[in-house]
Amino acid sequence: MTLFLWTLCLLVAGASLCAILAVCPSVSATARAANLIGALGSATACLLGLVALVCSPWNASLSVHLPWGLPVGACALGLDALSRLFLLPVFGLGFVCAVSGGLSLRHERPEMHNFGAHWLFYFLLLLGLALVMTSRDAVLFMLAWELMSLAPFFLIDFNDGDSKVRDASWVYLTAAHLGAVALMAFFVLLWQTTGQTSLDNVGPALSQATPGLQAALFVLCVLGFGAKAGLAPLHIWLPEAHPAAPSHVSALLSGAMINAGLYGIVRSLGLLSQAGNAQEWWGWSLLFLGLGTGVMGILKATAQSNLKRLLAYSSVENMGLMTMGLGVGYIGHICGNGWIAVMGVSGALLHMCNHAAFKGLLFLCAGEVLHACGTVRMGQLGGVQKKMPLVGIAFAIGAASIACLPPCNGFAGELLIAFSLLDGPSLNGVERQMGLLVSFAGMACISGLAAALYAKAYGITFLGQPRSGFAVNAHPATWRTLWPLSLPAAVCLAGGLAAPAFFKLAVSAAHCALPLSDVLSAQGHNALRQAEHSLTVVSCVGCVGIALVVAILFIRKILLRGRRVKAVPTWSCGFQAASPRVQYTDAAFSEPMARIFGRAMGLKVDVHQDVQLFPQDGFLAIMAPDRLRTKLFTPLFQAVESLCNACKIMQHGKIHLYILYMLATVVGLLIWGLRV
Amino acid sequence: MSQSLVVYFVQLCLALLLAPLLPGIINRVKAIFAGRHGKPLLQTYYDLAKLLRKGEALSQTTTWVFTLAPAIALVATLCALALLPLGGSSSPLAFTGDFVLAAYLLALGRFATMLSALDTGSSFEGMGASREATFAALAEPVLFLTLMVLTSLSLNAGLDTEHALSLSALFGGQSADTWLGGKIELLLVPVVFFILLLVENCRIPVDDPNTHLELTMIHEVMVLDHSGPNLAIIVYGTALKLWFFAALIAGLMTPDLSPWPQAALRTGIVLLLSVLVGVTESVMARLRMQRVPALLGGAAAMSALALILSQMR
Repeated sequence: MTLFLWTLCLLVAGASLCAILAVCPSVSATARAANLIGALGSATACLLGLVALVCSPWNASLSVHLPWGLPVGACALGLDALSRLFLLPVFGLGFVCAVSGGLSLRHERPEMHNFGAHWLFYFLLLLGLALVMTSRDAVLFMLAWELMSLAPFFLIDFNDGDSKVRDASWVYLTAAHLGAVALMAFFVLLWQTTGQTSLDNVGPALSQATPGLQAALFVLCVLGFGAKAGLAPLHIWLPEAHPAAPSHVSALLSGAMINAGLYGIVRSLGLLSQAGNAQEWWGWSLLFLGLGTGVMGILKATAQSNLKRLLAYSSVENMGLMTMGLGVGYIGHICGNGWIAVMGVSGALLHMCNHAAFKGLLFLCAGEVLHACGTVRMGQLGGVQKKMPLVGIAFAIGAASIACLPPCNGFAGELLIAFSLLDGPSLNGVERQMGLLVSFAGMACISGLAAALYAKAYGITFLGQPRSGFAVNAHPATWRTLWPLSLPAAVCLAGGLAAPAFFKLAVSAAHCALPLSDVLSAQGHNALRQAEHSLTVVSCVGCVGIALVVAILFIRKILLRGRRVKAVPTWSCGFQAASPRVQYTDAAFSEPMARIFGRAMGLKVDVHQDVQLFPQDGFLAIMAPDRLRTKLFTPLFQAVESLCNACKIMQHGKIHLYILYMLATVVGLLIWGLRV
Repeated sequence: MSQSLVVYFVQLCLALLLAPLLPGIINRVKAIFAGRHGKPLLQTYYDLAKLLRKGEALSQTTTWVFTLAPAIALVATLCALALLPLGGSSSPLAFTGDFVLAAYLLALGRFATMLSALDTGSSFEGMGASREATFAALAEPVLFLTLMVLTSLSLNAGLDTEHALSLSALFGGQSADTWLGGKIELLLVPVVFFILLLVENCRIPVDDPNTHLELTMIHEVMVLDHSGPNLAIIVYGTALKLWFFAALIAGLMTPDLSPWPQAALRTGIVLLLSVLVGVTESVMARLRMQRVPALLGGAAAMSALALILSQMR
């Protein structure tokens, strides 16, 4: 715990140094200093944090109380397995993103940006995340939450010369604060019911709460934390914010920050069910919310042509999968099935860790592509692998992991969630059995589409021939700037080949999140043994498979020794004069899917075709705007704006009328007082 | 224990040896239907031997993905096949949830093949990859729905969860009681698996492996640029995948006999199924691409019906 406190101190110190540099005049010397201090400082702090996590025993529950000046709340921090598991991506990805960000920001012009401010908010984001995951007091939690929600606004706004970036950061800020309003209401309601702010004591004190109050608490918690996690329909900030932010920031936001939403849901469900009055419909609503989010996210991702936007929607999909796991875990817990409970929750938590690794990796790769080519529109790219082979390999590993393909880490989490859904028939009642089985079919659909999506993302961007000048003129990147990518890539492979070890960490966290009764934990124990055995065999099959692939390549090499291996142009069925522009593009690749799911994807196709005898140039544009934003949120906010504008009649700047308002209020209050 | 292990390995070797025979049988059946004499039954073996002796022509556009993909696809299919209970003895690799691994291994093979197709930069191969991606994404929930019918049958039959969720339990041979117990959903399951076999192996009515026009192909167009030993790996992998799906159906249809007769019966059923595929290809035309999702939707409806039937008891 001392090491963890030192980490926090280091983050605060780094933040204050950067704050000083932020107010200094922006010359290249300050920019370089800020970059150095920011990258080195946050990387060191993250390493220290990782050491703090692994130094104490994983299952130990530590806590510390620090002096606190405010009349309510307390400065109570605690580390248990759940906090440790969620801090792992924060510090791990925080380290990788700090180093990679430091390396990539060297190329930015210092007169355009305030580097001191950028790194200040990077420190603050890490500090906020570390505090959110460890605070054991509602007031401290809300303060940390605000810190964590505000800092990304400034980080996303790095290229503030671009109006689209400014727009995206406003969308983020609005979403973050509407979520925070729900959370504020949640904690105030908790405080009012129990009279406590300490999160350790709130749970048991909730036993007297009425069912209506509990339902309100559940809805508020899902609304507030769901907005951060990106659950549909509150996901709309993700596809705006992630493409706009610099890539090391989007990697950290997508891999570590949105997990805070999941963490909040896990913790508060733990609190609400501590007094033994958890409701089954909570689990069901989480399960179907997750399923809906997953299906929507993957379909919208398939429709995207911007690589970073595609990755953002894919984060939405993955949060959906994790919420499904959580939901089914709670259903199992309430229906008294230890297998379903343990598998669901630990699967969700394991997938959270895995998602941090591969999504961070993919965003950083996308950042390298953006830096080298100047665009991430897949229709303009192609053939990037020849220019940047290392980035290509890293993206391929990330794509295979996120498509949940076996030797990589994505498969392990999905296998556990599948276990819990597949045990549906052992619950009582046909509607429960069918509910779980139908969700499993939905999950299979999501993972099938995810494989197609990442074949497209990798194939169109990195393979084939360059489609435009952007890709032709890509400047190569060396391992000097790319070495941070090797860390998450190694975690993606290790998470698959050493899945049982990662699984043990997730299981301890799951026990922390969901205290099971003795009968259930006996069942759950058996489930864990089986799951561990399964994961071991999966890793063995993975290792044997890799060895076999190497053997086959070796045999092929021996066979080809002394024979002719000709380099020829690609066979294009007799017509060899085609330009690279006839290659399949991203829109063409997803066209058969668009025929089936076009409406659900929200595709907008704009065709101008000349129908004369000798047709002139035609025009085709395919877009996939988020209809929830254009059809639901934009009209809603416009209505609010016009309502507020209507209220402006009262606010006209005439002082004598303002005095009249006061007089009228006083008289009104007097009359009310006399009547009462 | 040792006897069942011997049966398993004999069966596995038989599968590895006999798999290239299946395309030969299909082609011979088609030839007989068309009134021709047709290619020799062992043509695929001859092709493999010829390809392994040749050099390669590699497209200048391609990268390491193109050379690596066939090996990955073959190994993934091989591992999936090794997970199957072959001939009445469960696989030594069997574990809880191995069918999820098998399904995802097949997905891995497909993923690698799609990437190798996109690596050539040819629009025809992109077309094939895009179609394969779509149909595979649609076939995946159908496969899992059907497997769920089987898992819920074995869960309802009183097996505990860790044993019920394994290929060896699902395809280890059905006892006569299950069939006689009036479980009508068991009749739907092989039909759905047969449709999946046609879709996953790119046979008529989904894809025509013998068409002369690249525009209408799916699988064959994706491997247009492969040659020599790499093409041999692909051809062999395709044959193994056909064997995998045929062995799934055989596992459903064989009764719970003692190992050796069951092994013989299963091999027989696999060979018979390839005859059935040949007959289907001879009497049907290829569907239009837009109609394939309807076929898969029909299969999904059938397996959903089977699932509801299995849960209603």
